[in-house]
Amino acid sequence: MLKFLKFIVAGILFGIVMTKSEAISWFRIQEMFRFQSFHMYGIIFTAIAVGLIAVQLIKRFQLRDIGGNPIIFNPKDMSIPRYLIGGSIFGLGWAMTGACPGPMFVNFGYGYGMMLLIIVGALIGTLMYGVLRTKLPH
Amino acid sequence: MDFILAPWSWHVSGAVIGFIMILLLFFGKSFGFSANLRTMCSMAGAGKSVSFFKFDWKKQTWNLLFLVGAVVGGYIANTWLSDGSVVDISENTIRDLAALGISAPTEIQPTEIFSWSFASSLKGILFLVIGGFLVGFGARYAGGCTSGHAISGLSDLQIPSLIAVVGFFIGGLIMTHLILPFIL
Repeated sequence: MLKFLKFIVAGILFGIVMTKSEAISWFRIQEMFRFQSFHMYGIIFTAIAVGLIAVQLIKRFQLRDIGGNPIIFNPKDMSIPRYLIGGSIFGLGWAMTGACPGPMFVNFGYGYGMMLLIIVGALIGTLMYGVLRTKLPH
Repeated sequence: MDFILAPWSWHVSGAVIGFIMILLLFFGKSFGFSANLRTMCSMAGAGKSVSFFKFDWKKQTWNLLFLVGAVVGGYIANTWLSDGSVVDISENTIRDLAALGISAPTEIQPTEIFSWSFASSLKGILFLVIGGFLVGFGARYAGGCTSGHAISGLSDLQIPSLIAVVGFFIGGLIMTHLILPFIL
């Protein structure tokens, strides 16, 4: 049971922090893309700084996870078009809806039922990527 | 309790998000939310006709549970951890958005976009579904979203993630400054 519960608890913490930081707000995403506040940049930079130190320590001391297995970081395959084109398409949608994949669901829990339309759109988009994948530059 | 009920500062929020990423590493997993969208397609049977969705999605059960938690967390934060503060965005943003017909915040989302009257109009449905489509298509094409690339990837100094984040901003700036003025 704990095997499953810990992921739900981590997810709850994620939903709370995304709400309380206002990172789920369309307003905050617009403010970020207009460079009119440090708020979103502060959140992202702090998270990366904390993560960076942890990743370095994990690698330096070869720390293991709670199951006793080594924590492995898989380097991502190098490509420019894949990340640049894919990332840009993602950015278009992020600025439009103010929601990346996590916040879509957090917003739904918050009470915005119409987020389901965005979620349905995201699922169709994911499906279409799977269909077109071999025809796209990677 | 007041400091929990009020909106959280960027440094506390960023540290908690970093902590969640570390927590998942010690759970033996890697933080990446958009993988759930692929998993959901597989669960719905997309693997029968599209090979991209033919994988053992049960290995992603942990991530689906994280997603369920995220939904519950949003509910908890709104229901029990809110002091009713309005999103305190900058005056410049309020002015710029007013020019697009979006009024100043009265709740966490703009009522012009996230209301049922908009979401049940043809324009509203197209806006929300197409916006979501771009996020889903782009996230999978780029192999990750804000959590997988901006947080997990940059924490591991991955150049591909840096390119993806540059892409996020290219798209975001184009939408914000060149496209939104015409479609809002």
